[in-house]
Amino acid sequence: MTNIDLIIYISVGIMSIAMLLGLVRFFIGPSVVDRVIAFDSLTISSLAIIGVIALIANRMIYMDVAIVYGLLSFMGVIVVAKYIQKGL
Amino acid sequence: MEIIKLIGAIVLLSGALSLLVSAIGLLRMPDVYNRVQVGTKASTFGAILSFIGIALLKYDMWFTNENWLGRTIILVVFILLTNPVSSHVLMRAAYFMKFPLSKLTKVDMLKDDIDNKVVKEPENE
Repeated sequence: MTNIDLIIYISVGIMSIAMLLGLVRFFIGPSVVDRVIAFDSLTISSLAIIGVIALIANRMIYMDVAIVYGLLSFMGVIVVAKYIQKGL
Repeated sequence: MEIIKLIGAIVLLSGALSLLVSAIGLLRMPDVYNRVQVGTKASTFGAILSFIGIALLKYDMWFTNENWLGRTIILVVFILLTNPVSSHVLMRAAYFMKFPLSKLTKVDMLKDDIDNKVVKEPENE
């Protein structure tokens, strides 16, 4: 294991800690907007983790998974915002 | 060329630290609006830095059949376009549902605009 691999694994650990903190806000959030923004933050963190997993496993096809996952997250947030504004 | 990979790894680490700062701010901020702002801006920055680091780490595969550079550019542009739009729509919906502002708020320009009839409040249904 070289130094570069060590830095990559430390980055994955920090991203996982960020996802855990976002999950705490997702559970204790008092209103629905807090939960939606915690979900959005979790999705962005997991996009970065999927990218690092594609880097470690040396598989390009996982980046396509990240693109589709980001598109689904965007659609989800827009639909929930329209719904809580009673516009849907 | 180990130095390019080292620069990429350091950029990836700073992106991960920015994501961590975003999550801490999501826990500590007092208000819905502050949480939306910190949860979108810092995490967008962190994700973009992470993907730039990944592209620098795979610099020897840029112009081969496995097109890492093109996919990374598509992802960065996509995140940069969609994430502010979704946060803006969410915060506008929260404002017109009359979520309370924090006690530390000094300026509320949208309220002034509604009072001066520059912006019309949307009618539900």
